Amino acid sequence: MKDRLELRFAGSGGQGVILASVITAEAAVLAGLHTAQSQAYGPEARGGVSRAETILSREQIWYTRVTHPDFLLALTQTSLDAYAGQLADDAIVMIDDSLTVPAELDPDRVIAIPILHTAETVVGRAFTANIVSLGAINRLLGLFDDDTLLTAVKMHIPRGTEELNRTALQAGAALITTDQFRKEFQAC
Amino acid sequence: MSKTVLLQGNEAAVEGAIAAGMRFFAGYPITPSTEIAERSAIRLPEEGGKFIQMEDELASIAAVLGASAAGMKAMTATSGPGFSLMQENIGYGAMAEIPCVIVDVQRVGPSTGLATSPSQGDYMQAKWGTHGDHPVIALSPSSVLETYTLMVRAFNLSEKYRTPVIFLMDEIVGHLREDVSLPDPNSLIINRRKLSFHDGANKQCYYVPEGEYVPAMKPFGQGERYNITGLAHDESGFPINDHDKAGKLINRLIDKVEHNADHIVRVEQYEMDDAETAIVCFGGTARSVMSAVQAARAAGHKVGMFRPITVWPFPDKPLRARLPQLRNILMVEHNHGQMLLEMQRVAGRDVPVHFLGRVDGTVISPDDVLAKLEEMEG
Repeated sequence: MKDRLELRFAGSGGQGVILASVITAEAAVLAGLHTAQSQAYGPEARGGVSRAETILSREQIWYTRVTHPDFLLALTQTSLDAYAGQLADDAIVMIDDSLTVPAELDPDRVIAIPILHTAETVVGRAFTANIVSLGAINRLLGLFDDDTLLTAVKMHIPRGTEELNRTALQAGAALITTDQFRKEFQAC
Repeated sequence: MSKTVLLQGNEAAVEGAIAAGMRFFAGYPITPSTEIAERSAIRLPEEGGKFIQMEDELASIAAVLGASAAGMKAMTATSGPGFSLMQENIGYGAMAEIPCVIVDVQRVGPSTGLATSPSQGDYMQAKWGTHGDHPVIALSPSSVLETYTLMVRAFNLSEKYRTPVIFLMDEIVGHLREDVSLPDPNSLIINRRKLSFHDGANKQCYYVPEGEYVPAMKPFGQGERYNITGLAHDESGFPINDHDKAGKLINRLIDKVEHNADHIVRVEQYEMDDAETAIVCFGGTARSVMSAVQAARAAGHKVGMFRPITVWPFPDKPLRARLPQLRNILMVEHNHGQMLLEMQRVAGRDVPVHFLGRVDGTVISPDDVLAKLEEMEG
């Protein structure tokens, strides 16, 4: 992994992108990394663009906000359009495959997968889209051991939903067929 | 140190308060402070304490003052709109000398402003929000760990000086989650107000021994009857119209903080030894400034950071000690220029003071600070 990674999670309020960002930070702590997690959202509880950020670092983190994300997850068109232009040069973008890729993005750096559909039909619960995303992100980038991520997920979900969320992680991981980016991430 | 955990600033405020002995919380949740009420509601019953969600902020601070007068360490938390509503009783707490901690996690104002966006626009309100001349101690943390340790200090100062302490947070730190190793609670120094009971010279409830500033406190409702009032009062606690006594009281209230400023004031100085430019900031803004100082140093510039941790009283003395070595000062804060006024007062005509501020709810980045430094050089 790079010495410092900036991850941005974007979607609509209620989709759980902030929780996905928090779980990533939790996994980072379990993995012995420094982390800073923050979010920006509107006053509404549902709807509106919701953005969360997690920084992973081997060094102490001073400035806690993301400036040029190495990775962007976007679950809605509005959030994709809003943040597509603010990325690091070699950033990787993961989107739901229902979205249209903006012209400014390099298609080779965009992973379009059926996150929302998988949550709804394979896992059976639309609200697990954030956990499906985490499973996919971790398989794509190889940030943490699978067990570490699962432990972090369990620290932030209601009791009794462990199996559902484990299924969601696995379903997300199964959406990734390339190991190109994992190799890239581990090489740097 | 305990094991490393992921903790949010607002959560750390609660844990620090509980470690300091806080066992009563009354509040009216408001973004971006809501997690403080949420976690207090979970944690206080576990610790044998009480959590009450009140009908509004006026009632919240009133309940906190009552609980503290009765002997509890008490706290409330709010944001700008609620902080405005609490001002009347903050003055009452200062006049009646009731210790408590008021957390203000600042958001963009005026009025309800931008509910979820960071600001430091309540800096002057923390000092002058309530009417009349009065003592104010206000502390401002810049990290999750410091939120915990500084909250312990907030309670200690409040108990020692018998005065409300404003814990001035901002959304940057309040909503930030970081990896932290909290200190062992048993390693913390915890102060408690000096108590007095019905005996000898202490029978007057506001009796202050010669040469001292702070009366010992009688726990209210534990057998001894006495009067607490926001009116000017003498040592008996009853209202007076005697101008000599009123002047003596109000001067003592102010002096107990001003004359103990050396004890109350804490600053962080980073790379200041040979600095020719000091960047002054407080709270979450320090995170941007720290990054900027490191970048400026790497480029060979003699830049340092001077951060008031105690924001009221303003750290005149340590800042003044730095003036002879400085060519200029840059004040960076998320408001329209509030601490700037204090900076200008202390710097006088000796050192030019520049300003970088913002009121749109976005965070000043290290690049913004570096650009401003460049502009100053140019």
